[in-house]
Amino acid sequence: MNYLMSFIVGGIICVIGQIIIDTFKKNNAYLLVLLVVAGTFLGYFGIYDKIIEIGYSGATVPLLGFGHSLAEGAVEEAASKGFIGALSGGVVKTAPGVAAALLFGYIAAVIFSPKGNK
Amino acid sequence: MKYDKDSYKQVVDEYTPKNKMLKNCVWAFIFGGAICLLGEIIKNVLMSGFNIAEQDAGPMSSVILIALSALLTGLGWYDKLGKIGGAGTVVPITGFANSVVSPALEYKREGYILGTASNIFKLAGPVLVFGYFSSFIVGVLSLLFS
Repeated sequence: MNYLMSFIVGGIICVIGQIIIDTFKKNNAYLLVLLVVAGTFLGYFGIYDKIIEIGYSGATVPLLGFGHSLAEGAVEEAASKGFIGALSGGVVKTAPGVAAALLFGYIAAVIFSPKGNK
Repeated sequence: MKYDKDSYKQVVDEYTPKNKMLKNCVWAFIFGGAICLLGEIIKNVLMSGFNIAEQDAGPMSSVILIALSALLTGLGWYDKLGKIGGAGTVVPITGFANSVVSPALEYKREGYILGTASNIFKLAGPVLVFGYFSSFIVGVLSLLFS
């Protein structure tokens, strides 16, 4: 059941992304920015927690889930550390993903050479 | 019915984007769903096979997906998948990883520091700027309304 719901919810979120791409025809960076910001505020208002309850990884793997983690971290650390926590919370919570992307990204770039496809 | 060149083009324009969009959406659903399913499978394997707590298994599963995406991007396969999957390969965290690795690879010829390392956040930088920005706003909001 978890697997089925992950597939369906993840699929639906990606379809929304595809509709945005096809409608506005902007660079993908715009979509990624939109998703992260949307995920942060959906997370803050508690809406995204409900989506995660339904969709499991289908909700956490898309970039909206990254935004949700940002919000979750910021709110948690703001509660325990105040203003500094509001600043650091989101960064700390999402640090593994960002660090992994940097690290593995750099390693991949050193090992492989560009394939010349766009 | 007969069409001349212009009216034919008109008809084509009328129908192409819509059909293409539907097709794109189906592929986005399949690819996006599959990547999220893979994330859930990895998470469950970590939890049941390696006895990792659920709160750690989630981020770890993301890290593994990111590593996989970096590998596939390096091999040039992720971009091929992206041509079919569209947003299905952009929206998941693997798309974020892809947006980090792609410029890093592309600027490799300008050197490992000023090329690869400088440009590694060329596409993903905006995501972090706006992500951290809104995260800070949310943190302050939670302080104000708690």
